[in-house]
Amino acid sequence: MDLDTWRLIMSGATIAIGGIFPAIAIGKITAKAVEAIGRNPESASDVRTSMILGVAFAEAIAIYGLVTALIIKFV
Amino acid sequence: MLHISLAAETIAHIGPLPVTNSLLMTWGVMVILLVLAIASTAKLSLIPNNVQSIVEIVLEGLYSFFSTVVGRHVKMIFPLVASLFLFIIVSNWSGLLPGVGTIGFTEPTAFVPLLRGPTADLNMTIALAVIAVIAMQYFGFKTLGLKYSHRFINIKNPILGFVGFLEILSDLSKVISFAFRLFGNIFAGEVLLAVMAFLMPFIAPMPFLMLELFIGFIQALVFSTLTSVFINVSLAHDE
Repeated sequence: MDLDTWRLIMSGATIAIGGIFPAIAIGKITAKAVEAIGRNPESASDVRTSMILGVAFAEAIAIYGLVTALIIKFV
Repeated sequence: MLHISLAAETIAHIGPLPVTNSLLMTWGVMVILLVLAIASTAKLSLIPNNVQSIVEIVLEGLYSFFSTVVGRHVKMIFPLVASLFLFIIVSNWSGLLPGVGTIGFTEPTAFVPLLRGPTADLNMTIALAVIAVIAMQYFGFKTLGLKYSHRFINIKNPILGFVGFLEILSDLSKVISFAFRLFGNIFAGEVLLAVMAFLMPFIAPMPFLMLELFIGFIQALVFSTLTSVFINVSLAHDE
């Protein structure tokens, strides 16, 4: 197979595989955060801030995969 | 056909220096923020009216949010962190304006847009990330003096010496992480909007525009909050 075909396949595979674990991680983080808010509704705003931070870290990994896929396709 | 370019395109030259379309948009964002600043502080009064009142709402909200995140150091870091937030949010949202990315001229081979969201350019996000990481070291040295260097270079204790080396690596990786998080989110949003507009121009892009508004806000918040949290961590050493 020539280079363009490989580029096409691999750019799709990079983001597809690279998005699996961040998606699981974000789901787990948000589930635990919601559980914590349920246990202690007064700390909702602190928990929410920490959750947003945690989700940003997890999402960054998916973004690395996305940027790599874009680089494979367009550069 | 779709026009997607990872790098910002050069549209002019000032002497030997190239001017890219995202640089042009950055100047536009600067003008917006400057006009807002001047208009709100021109006649400062204890009983605010119109523009000053709105800016006070925004700044007071940011100040109370950052004081819950950081605690007592908020006075020192608020100018940096709030400036990062305001600049990044205006930059992110300016990439959604009609005409940005669509109006341009046709070079011999490809279409070159005249304007492009500033944070969709990797140069800008790397610059912001370097500013944030240097600010962490600056505030560390300013508050703790030379003892702050014990975080990185520790000769007495071999384990702490290795931990110090890992801290240096971790700070370098923060630059990469900050830069690519912001760039990836905003650039991928632009690509998504371009693809959606290409597939079905009239109704389908609307939810994606709302998503991009939200993402722009969240990424600005995350960048500034992470900067403030890391500054807090670096100030907590030796205290």
